[in-house]
Amino acid sequence: MATAVIAPERENYLNQEYGIKSWLLTVDHKRIALLYLVSITFFFFIGGFFALLIRLELLTPAGDLVQADTYNKLFTMHGQVMVFFFLIPSIPAVLGNFLVPLMIGARDLAFPRINLLSWYLYIIAGILMLHCMLTGGVDTGWTFYTPFSTAFSNTKVIEAGLAIFISGFSSILTGLNFVVTIHRMRAPGMTWNRLPLFIWAHYATSIIQLLGTPVIAVTLVLVVLERALHLGIFDPTRGGDPLLFQHLFWFYSHPAVYIMILPSMGVVTEIVPCFSRKRIFGYNFVAMSSIAIAVFGFLVWAHHMFVAGISLYSALIFSALSYLVAVPSAIKVFNWTATMYKGSIRFSTPMLYAFGFIGLFTMGGLTGLFLAALGIDVHVTDTYFVIAHFHYIMVGGAVMGYLGGMHFWWPKISGRMYPESLGRFSALIVFLGFNLTFFPQFILGYLGMPRRYWQYPPEFQVLNVLSTAGSTILAVGYLLPMVYFLWSMRYGKLAPANPWGASGLEWTTTSPPPTFNFEHTPVVDWEAYDYENIPAPEEARVAG
Amino acid sequence: MFDTFPLWPARASTTAGSVDALFIFLVTLSAMVSAAVFTMIVVFAVRYRRRRGVAAEQIEGSTALEVTWSVIPLFIFVVIFVWGAVIYFKERTPPRGATEVYVVAKQWMWKLQHEEGQREINELHVPVGRDVKMILTSQDVIHSFYVPAFRIKQDVLPGRYTTAWFHPTKAGIYHLFCAEYCGTQHSGMIGQVVVLEPAQYEAWLSGGGASGSMASNGQNMFQQLGCSTCHRFDTQGRGPNLVGLFGKPVQLEDGRVVTADENYIRESILTPGAKIVSGFKPIMPVFQGLVSEEQLNALVAYVKSLSQSPTGAAGGPTVVPSGAPPQEPKVQ
Amino acid sequence: MPDSPVAVEHHEPMLQHHFADMEQQRQASSLGMWLFLATEVMFFGGMFCAYLIYRYWYFADFATASKSLDITLGTVNTAVLICSSLTVVLAVRAAQLGKRQSQVVYLALTLVLGLAFLGIKGIEWTSKFKEHHVPGASFHFEGSVPGHPDQPVDQQHAQIFFSLYFAMTGMHALHMVIGVGIFSYLLYCAWKGRYTPEYHTPLENSGLYWHFVDIIWIYLFPLLYLIDRKK
Repeated sequence: MATAVIAPERENYLNQEYGIKSWLLTVDHKRIALLYLVSITFFFFIGGFFALLIRLELLTPAGDLVQADTYNKLFTMHGQVMVFFFLIPSIPAVLGNFLVPLMIGARDLAFPRINLLSWYLYIIAGILMLHCMLTGGVDTGWTFYTPFSTAFSNTKVIEAGLAIFISGFSSILTGLNFVVTIHRMRAPGMTWNRLPLFIWAHYATSIIQLLGTPVIAVTLVLVVLERALHLGIFDPTRGGDPLLFQHLFWFYSHPAVYIMILPSMGVVTEIVPCFSRKRIFGYNFVAMSSIAIAVFGFLVWAHHMFVAGISLYSALIFSALSYLVAVPSAIKVFNWTATMYKGSIRFSTPMLYAFGFIGLFTMGGLTGLFLAALGIDVHVTDTYFVIAHFHYIMVGGAVMGYLGGMHFWWPKISGRMYPESLGRFSALIVFLGFNLTFFPQFILGYLGMPRRYWQYPPEFQVLNVLSTAGSTILAVGYLLPMVYFLWSMRYGKLAPANPWGASGLEWTTTSPPPTFNFEHTPVVDWEAYDYENIPAPEEARVAG
Repeated sequence: MFDTFPLWPARASTTAGSVDALFIFLVTLSAMVSAAVFTMIVVFAVRYRRRRGVAAEQIEGSTALEVTWSVIPLFIFVVIFVWGAVIYFKERTPPRGATEVYVVAKQWMWKLQHEEGQREINELHVPVGRDVKMILTSQDVIHSFYVPAFRIKQDVLPGRYTTAWFHPTKAGIYHLFCAEYCGTQHSGMIGQVVVLEPAQYEAWLSGGGASGSMASNGQNMFQQLGCSTCHRFDTQGRGPNLVGLFGKPVQLEDGRVVTADENYIRESILTPGAKIVSGFKPIMPVFQGLVSEEQLNALVAYVKSLSQSPTGAAGGPTVVPSGAPPQEPKVQ
Repeated sequence: MPDSPVAVEHHEPMLQHHFADMEQQRQASSLGMWLFLATEVMFFGGMFCAYLIYRYWYFADFATASKSLDITLGTVNTAVLICSSLTVVLAVRAAQLGKRQSQVVYLALTLVLGLAFLGIKGIEWTSKFKEHHVPGASFHFEGSVPGHPDQPVDQQHAQIFFSLYFAMTGMHALHMVIGVGIFSYLLYCAWKGRYTPEYHTPLENSGLYWHFVDIIWIYLFPLLYLIDRKK
């Protein structure tokens, strides 16, 4: 059990400079990653707090905890905060920012100052959002459907819309930075097919961020203008069409879900080979599947509108395309499983989160097949079935991937090891709590409980109680890592450069890395996931 | 709390059976796939757990395997797509001769009116064994008409009609929910669909409360609002003859051909300038703001009745004014 | 990539420390600007999409509303912008040839033309305001559908035309204002002699931005001003 360090600490990015100015004016991608880490964690807990209130209200059929209007604000702001202020930035802004330059052998991202600007834009957006929430909130649902949002809601729609608009620019700039960096700043010898698949995943994500986000930006501009000036672009009483809003909204918001899941898939693709001690199965297929998801993801948006009043033939086309986009995701799941075959498996915390991801993402993805089936969707759309589906992917998938990644790279980021048994315990708590929270919701949805319901018929209560019970367990599972990560920064065991024996350039530099990442420019002449030639951690320790 | 704990919704329409069949297939398929993946992971995790002296075997991949596990799922997906599409096609194609119910949604209640004239609030009485087609519109924001027991759902939009239909198979009382968030009392915008045996339904129908069929109310409005001045039942009118119009193609003066469906009738009343019939002048006054949704529905019902034979489907007798016999509508 | 952080500083004052050499920096900046312009295409694209849909649905009303726009001023503005793109290109060329004074002249001309564009747009908008064509409470559009002097234009449809007109030209004007700001800064830098044949990346990339804003206008102009204008 390590105690405080006596020996003088080597200079690294954390101790190179002290003081708040050195953090707030940093252009070091690693420090910016930590700035994001603190901010998104803050918003995660706000969104989580709203979720707990929602689940508490839903313990009983009657609306007896908060008023209906308050409840409507709670689910709206839960969705907005979680989507725009937690999930969309999460892995790219924290792990991506930290690791992309390291993984490709660069000294920083292409545009360090734009990187800092993207964090400030996120903060400005966040402050505006907080102000909106504290001075009345917004109750349109995170989907802002018109004409309710433009002509009927009495809440702060314009402020929330502007906050999300600004946060979109943060996302665009992150994506722009990654694409340019990956194209132009790879170390000598780092060809495209030697790139870690985490990079491929972030490249695909960045393409979506670049091309999709501007559409929701302009849509929000039009909504704000319509609400402020009583225009009629989306209002049928003024000659407009509410479905136009839905098309424009979902044109971004569907690809957005791939922004939220692709980076997690990238994380899992780093973890599974490392803890199986073998290269990923089917590198090219995994890389191409990320690109395929990004491309096809732009073609399926109206599957959110099957009962909205679109034509029968549009519905048929979008349903068919939605099945196409499921294929690359399936490929990934099979490839991860095949990677374990004839491996040498370890059950460290990151690997447990990866298992959880694969299991829950598979279930969530399969339920997507239900929703893409037109006949089924008519019954279950706008019910708890959809809520369960997307939480399986975004929480069971994306958040578990995020936590797995945080555990995997924590030694590199902080120079400390987190307590392993607590890590495994939390992973288990998260997995169990998650399933108890969201599995009953599939049943509730098929039974017919609509979403966004403050009160509900009594026969739905048992399942709601189970779900709420699960959410309290899940909350504990999320609080634990916060506590022990903080603890580890002072009391955790010092981490060596490569505690997991992992492949990837980031593990060849110290933990934590120096500000300029590498003492000497790496020159790469080996393939990715070169586990044949990397000693497993216990062997490395024996060797000295 | 534990007295009713259903895990499956009631099945009360012809659609419900088909939807449940596909759902059960998908549940089974998902269970099998999940079980296969989980089992493999568990088996690999145990069988290939770290053991001293046993190294991992570096396997690059297998194109054959990749193609197999891409093509097989794709094939299964095609099957699911077609199955779901067939169900959806039926759901979106109301059968001819269905009884019609006009639904107006507003924050936060459902107003329904039967062809025969009965009005209901948050409740819909229908007989077992008869097709029912709903013509839905909203007075304000988007709502959604959802009856889980029938497995049907249709968004209800302001400014236009959407349609949905069902065929009840079992008497009972079933939930009606609003399924598109619409503001404060979205979760209070619920009601029930009461499916009665045919005899009981007839009894309910004649139980009073009706003040004339929708079509005859519509006819009264047609006279009151002065529509009959221009829309005569001969060729002399300044407006097209509406007899036999509903459901037929109409040539517009910009060359387009559209079908005279409910939305066309509605638009023609509210914003007549949007589509001018070929050969007519754009002189019809604008009725937007002058008629309520219920009045619009009555007018639409009346125009539809002008296309039904006198002994046609239920929905009120066709009332053709005395005078010149109905002629072919002036469409080109 | 340099082996040590300090190695390259004294060679290239404009080289940022994380790049290996000026060429990498230049390529990165250029790719960055192209990607940013791609996002702008998607941004304007959303509005173009809304416009095209309503124009298809409400063609007659849109045609009449479009005719009320001042085609002369619109054409002049188009010419102004095209000339300004020319002056931008000439400024970049001057930098490539090392001619500081020419750079300054051409950049100043660009600014003048840009401001002229904004001024003319201001005049157009003011006349729209006076005619009550600005969407809002006092909107009223007098006019009849083409070919039918007795059929008045639908007020709601006309208002949608003008909503999109102001949204699109307003967004474009905002981008012009940002462009004017950027070019003012470039003018200052050029005057200080910062752009040389070896280094004039900010000029090139800002030029790309300016050309893009110009191209957006070249699409806006016929779409908004030239519906059904046969005499």
